Amino acid sequence: MTQEKSPEWPLWEVFIRGQHGASHRHVGSLHAPDAEIAIKNARDVYTRRKEGVSIWVVPTTAIAASNPDMKGPLYDPSDSKPYRHPTFFDIPKDVGAM
Amino acid sequence: MYAQMVKSEPRDQSAEADAFQARIDAGEKIEPQDWMPDGYRKTLIRQIGQHAHSEIVGQLPEGNWITRAPTLERKAILLAKVQDEAGHGLYLYCAAETLGVSRDEMTEMLLDGRMKYSSIFSYPTLTWADMGAVGWLVDGAAIMNQVPLQRTSYGPYARAMVRVCKEESFHQRQGFDIMMKMAKGTQAQKKMAQDALNRFWYPSLMMFGPSDAESVHSAQSMAWKIKMNSNDELRQKFVDQTVPQAEYLGLTVPDPDLKWNEERGHYDFSEPDWSEFFDVLKGNGPCSVDRIETRKKAWDDGAWFRDAMVAHAKKHKTKVAAE
Amino acid sequence: MSEALFEYLLRLGDNSLILGHRLSEWCGKAPILEEDIAISNVALDFIGQTQLWLGLAGEIEGAGRSADDLAMLRDAWDFRNILLVEQPNGNFGDTLMRQYLFDAWHVLLLQGLVESSNDRISAIAQKIVKEVQYHIERSRDLVIRLGDGTPESHDKMQSALDRFWPYVGEMFIVDTVEQHLIDDGIIPDTSALRGAFDAEIAATFDAATLTLPNSSFAHQGGKSGTRHSEHLGHLLTQMQWLQRAYPGATW
Repeated sequence: MTQEKSPEWPLWEVFIRGQHGASHRHVGSLHAPDAEIAIKNARDVYTRRKEGVSIWVVPTTAIAASNPDMKGPLYDPSDSKPYRHPTFFDIPKDVGAM
Repeated sequence: MYAQMVKSEPRDQSAEADAFQARIDAGEKIEPQDWMPDGYRKTLIRQIGQHAHSEIVGQLPEGNWITRAPTLERKAILLAKVQDEAGHGLYLYCAAETLGVSRDEMTEMLLDGRMKYSSIFSYPTLTWADMGAVGWLVDGAAIMNQVPLQRTSYGPYARAMVRVCKEESFHQRQGFDIMMKMAKGTQAQKKMAQDALNRFWYPSLMMFGPSDAESVHSAQSMAWKIKMNSNDELRQKFVDQTVPQAEYLGLTVPDPDLKWNEERGHYDFSEPDWSEFFDVLKGNGPCSVDRIETRKKAWDDGAWFRDAMVAHAKKHKTKVAAE
Repeated sequence: MSEALFEYLLRLGDNSLILGHRLSEWCGKAPILEEDIAISNVALDFIGQTQLWLGLAGEIEGAGRSADDLAMLRDAWDFRNILLVEQPNGNFGDTLMRQYLFDAWHVLLLQGLVESSNDRISAIAQKIVKEVQYHIERSRDLVIRLGDGTPESHDKMQSALDRFWPYVGEMFIVDTVEQHLIDDGIIPDTSALRGAFDAEIAATFDAATLTLPNSSFAHQGGKSGTRHSEHLGHLLTQMQWLQRAYPGATW
C-alpha cells in the first residue's frame, strides 16, 4: 500500500485570450511536467466551452508579485493625479465628440 | 457542506486579527499573499480541500453508469458532466494550493482518511434513474451551497466558485431532464424514478449538515465569510424549491410529514436520521470503502505514469541545455 | 452499391463507438486529474463521430434504424469495428499505445475521406479531421514521453506495442466491400496508406526508444465481422443492457 512518493508535477498559471483583439486573462492553474503538456492540458481544462484562441502558461514560481503591504505606497499616489482620467475635464458638448 | 467535521481554529485576538476581520466585514477579498489568521488558513484548506475531494469522489457514482448509458446522447452528456466534476476538483485543489498545501498532500490525506468528502457520494447508484436523481437533487443541493460561496471572502475560492457555478446549471438540468423522461415513461421507468427519489431524498437533505445550533464552529466560519448561510437555512430553501419539482414529476417525496405551512411560508418536513449521517462520515456508508479503494487504486496505478512524465521532462530540459 | 457503403459506414461508426466506450471507462480513474479531463475529451469526440457515421449508415440502409438503434440493438456478429479497438484497456500505457496506433491510421484515413466523391462523407470527414489531428498530437507525444521516461514506463510501453502490433495489419486490408468504394472514389485505398503510417510510427518509436516488432502477422475478423474477440460480447452486455432489458422505452 505504501509507495515511495512520486515527485509532484509543478504548478502552472494559465492565461487565455478569449477572442481576437482581447488581452490574455488569468483563468486558473493546473499541474503539468512541462510547458508543452501544460498548454495541452490547459486546452482541455480551460477551453471546453470555446473560451479561447490563445493560451499562455507560466510556472507559478516564475510569477513575481507586488507586496500586498505596499498597496498604499504603490497605488495611493495615483489618487492625487485625477487629471489622468478623462472625466476630470469638463469639455462643452458643442465641441463635439472628444 | 464540505465543512463536515471541519473544526474552526480558535480566534486570534491580536490587533492584526481585528484589522483582518474589518476587511472581511467591509466585503474585501483576501488574497494569497495577504496576512491571515492561522485559523482562517487552516479552516479554508480543510473546507476547500474537502470540497475538491468531493468533486473527485463524486465522479464515481455517476461514472458507474457511463458505460451503461442507454443512448449515445445520454452517454455523451453524462461523460461531459463527470468530466466537469474533475474540472471542478481541479479548480478547487488549485485554490487550496494558494494556501500553502500541495495537491499531492491533500490527496494523501483523503486516501488515508484524514480528510473527508461529502457524505452523499458514499451512496450507491443502482439504476439509470439515479443519474436523474443525482443531477436533480445532489447537484441541486450543491448549487444552493455554491452560489452564495461566489461571495466568500477568500479570492481564489470565490473565483473558483464563479467558474463552477457557470458549469453547474447544466448539471442539474440534465438530471431533471432524465427524471422527466423516466417519470413520464413506461411503468418500469416510473417505478425506477420513484425508487431513486426514495433513496436519495434524505441523503440529499443530509448534505447540508446537521443544525448549526449544534456547532460552535459555524459562527466563526460565518464571521470569516467562509460559510455564507446556516445549514438549516439552506436545507429549508432546498426543500421549498424541490417539492414543487417532485410534484411536477408526479413523484412522491418519501416524507409522510411533509406539508406546506402557510404561517411560516415554508414546507414542514422530517429531519433525516442524523445517526446515519455520522455513520457515513465514520466510513460506514454503503460505498465508503469502495470509493476510497477506487481512488487509491487509481492513484497507485497511476504513479508510474506521473513519474515517467516528470522523468522525460527532466531529461529533455537537460538535453536542450546541453545543445 | 449502397450495401457496401452501409457496411463501410458501420466500420467507421463501430470503430469510434467501441473505442469511445473503452476510453470512457477511464473516467474517474486516470493517473492524474488533468489526464482524466483530457481523455474524456477524446472519448467525447469519438461518441460524436459515432453519431455522425452511424446516423448516416442508418439513412443509407433506409430501414429506419437510428444511430442509437444500430449501437444498442445489434449483436456482436453484426459489429464491424477492427479488433484493435475492442481490446481491453489494460494499464494506462496500453490504452495510450492502442490509441496511438489507431490515431496514426485514423488521421490518414480521414484526410483521404475529406476528398470523398460522396458529399455527405466528405462533409463529416471535414468536421472530424481536426479532432483527430489533435488526437494524434496528443497520443504521439505521450507515447514518446512514456517510452523515453523511466525504465518502468519504457517496459510498459514496449509490452503494449508488442501486445497490440498483431492488430495493426487489419486496418490496411482492402476487401471486396472497400474495393467497390475505392473504385468509385468514395474512400481512399487504405493499403496505400501503409507507407505513410510506417513512416509516422517509425519516427515516433525512434524518439520513444521503442523497438518495432519484427512481424507482419495480422489478426483479422473484426471489420468483416467474421470473428470478433471474446471481449466484444462483454463490452456489449454493458453498453446495451438498458435498452435490451427495457425495450421500447425512451431515455
